[in-house]
Amino acid sequence: MKDLSLSVLDIAMNSVKAKASLIEITLANDGKTLSVRIADNGCGMDADFLARVTDPFTTTRDTRRVGMGIPLFKLAAEQAGGTFAITSEPGRGTDLMAAFAVDHMDRPPLGDMAATVATLIQGSPDIDFVYRHTAPCGEASLDTRELRQALDGVPLNEPEVLQWIQENLDEEERMIAL
Amino acid sequence: MKSIEELKKIREQTLKNINLRKEDGGDTTRIVVGMATCGIAAGARPVLAACVDEVSKRSLAHVSVTQTGCIGVCRLEPIVEIFVPGEEKVTYVKMDEEKARRVIHEHIVNHKVVTELTIGANE
Ligand SMILES: Nc1ncnc2c1ncn2[C@@H]1O[C@H](COP(=O)(O)OP(=O)(O)OP(=O)(O)O)[C@@H](O)[C@H]1O
Ligand SMILES: [Mg+2]
Repeated sequence: MKDLSLSVLDIAMNSVKAKASLIEITLANDGKTLSVRIADNGCGMDADFLARVTDPFTTTRDTRRVGMGIPLFKLAAEQAGGTFAITSEPGRGTDLMAAFAVDHMDRPPLGDMAATVATLIQGSPDIDFVYRHTAPCGEASLDTRELRQALDGVPLNEPEVLQWIQENLDEEERMIAL
Repeated sequence: MKSIEELKKIREQTLKNINLRKEDGGDTTRIVVGMATCGIAAGARPVLAACVDEVSKRSLAHVSVTQTGCIGVCRLEPIVEIFVPGEEKVTYVKMDEEKARRVIHEHIVNHKVVTELTIGANE
């Protein structure tokens, strides 16, 4: 993946497929380490499957025999002097975390997080997304539960709403990117 | 968040559009974008955004843009499938933003399949 925002989109698509109703995306940058966490309350995986999930030959897709999302994300973290961890429980959900050394030469750039969040909401307007990105000089965040309340019945994937979401979040991201 | 008040204003405007759409019914043309790892890595996110933007800009009332997983021909991603009611599915491959806008204009607005961008012409 070209940047971290694309990895986050890809990993969160696993949560969508796992029928999660709540997906939390948390980025925490303390200046030294950037940790990226995606947690969901979807169907989860049993211990045996979980033990094999970082192997590219583990997938439940029927269009191909390889599942690249998780192996690629793990590799990206490890190649940038970081770590990877995943826990999961059937019926409860999955929690995945990749940490990157901020100054490592091979750390992928952050990319467009606002576009990733907007894309997720566009595809799954009924799922709740809680996004939080903390950095040394501030924080960017979004909680679709709050937006849903303000929208009072108007779906989150109406184009004007999506545009508002993306522009707002992008502005917040720019503020903390300095 | 800059202003939830702004969002509430957007809500009022959008509500009118939604009600108008409901009133004139009609079958929906579907634009489906592949968003598995293969699609995302090849550039599906901006393709999807271009589709959403183009449909909204042209006020195409009976056109939906949705996401799907892996369509099965990973080397030809990004892939966009178009389902016009009563017509056979058309699969467009190796898409980018510009091609996506072109397909919406020619195929969906002018009802003319862009043959050179279909899977049949690229295999
Ligand atoms: N959040 C999750 N909840 C439940 N199951 C998951 C989750 N994430 C992954 N899985 C399971 O692990 C498998 C492997 O995931 P991975 O992302 O590596 O590949 P994939 O999604 O199958 O295909 P690809 O990512 O290449 O499009 C999935 O097919 C799914 O069965
Ligand atoms: Mg995946």
